[in-house]
Amino acid sequence: MPTISDSSTAAGDGLEPAPASPPRPESLRELFVVFTLLALRGFGGVLPWAQRVLVEERGWLTREQFTEYLAFGQLLPGPNICNMAIMVGDRWFGWRGSLAALGGMLGMPMVVVLGLAILYGQVADDPVVRRALGGMGAVAGGMIMATGFKLAMAQRKRWRWLIFGVLAFVGVGLLHLKLLWVLAGLAPIATLMAWLALRETAGAASGKPGAPGSGRP
Amino acid sequence: MNTSDAVDLFLRFAALSLLAVGGAMGTAPEMRRFLVDERHWISGVQFTDSIAIAQAAPGPNILFVTLLGWQAGGALGAFAATAGLMLPSSVVTWSAWRWKRASEDAPLVAAIRLGLSPLAIGLTASAGWVVAAGSNHDDLRMWALTLVTAVIVATTRLNMLWLIGAGALLGALGWVG
Repeated sequence: MPTISDSSTAAGDGLEPAPASPPRPESLRELFVVFTLLALRGFGGVLPWAQRVLVEERGWLTREQFTEYLAFGQLLPGPNICNMAIMVGDRWFGWRGSLAALGGMLGMPMVVVLGLAILYGQVADDPVVRRALGGMGAVAGGMIMATGFKLAMAQRKRWRWLIFGVLAFVGVGLLHLKLLWVLAGLAPIATLMAWLALRETAGAASGKPGAPGSGRP
Repeated sequence: MNTSDAVDLFLRFAALSLLAVGGAMGTAPEMRRFLVDERHWISGVQFTDSIAIAQAAPGPNILFVTLLGWQAGGALGAFAATAGLMLPSSVVTWSAWRWKRASEDAPLVAAIRLGLSPLAIGLTASAGWVVAAGSNHDDLRMWALTLVTAVIVATTRLNMLWLIGAGALLGALGWVG
């Protein structure tokens, strides 16, 4: 299936003509507008749109960076997509950037959701509306899973580590375990194993095996 | 809702904020206990519908909290609930992120990057699975729609709004679901 590996590099290819410095938001206003627009397109979940816009359209983040931000955001309290806005904003504009990105993520969608709440009272029991929402849910689920797949393709060189992803999927998706327990169980083990693996690599590289932190000159 | 009610709402939601690891939905039962059972500010049906509306609307699902506050006490309630739930977790996230940026070469940060990225991927896949299962139940045509969507999104750069629109149309016409 060559199309899949093609698409995993397509983001970079589309932005090849850019100069040595990677693309970045030029102003707080641009940050705010980009986050507003990606949030407003986020029917059934903002995550697929965040990946599409920040990685594929704007090129502000690589797929690896996006995954790393997501991982960090999931580890901390708060909605992970809002945590991502805070981190992405801060990356270029400090706390002002965090406020601009988070404000964009929540501001206009808040107005929309309040408008929908007023409308909803009139159509909540309409079977056509119910079925339409069901069809949107089926699509949204596919979009989110495809986003996970694309992020996984970017980790191909470290494919062994994806076993932790499989375990998380089985725990949360299939067994319906509480997210908090899955995180509390898997995150320390994954971090510890990664720490040991990195120490080994660093030790082998410097010829001093087993000395933590001594790998760097 | 008077000012002291709003302060109360803010503080209760602020306390829940730091417990919302991996998404705010895990704290929903506690919100329900406070708003519906304890204070009788909203009904159980209003509570459930708020979650459904926020999930159907564009934007982060966390906005169900804004709806809860709105129904409990208008604009003041909406502000108190949203600010309460977002403020503490955002400050913690921002501080932790600052720490991470300052210690980018630290072994622990490198280990988090290597070890936790796959975990984030697995959790993303589960989120998609849970959303799909909630809509599709045992309907094979719905699952086919999910599968086709996943393949299209993974292999093309088609604007995903077309897919959402197609899903709504197929549902409304009764071809799936």
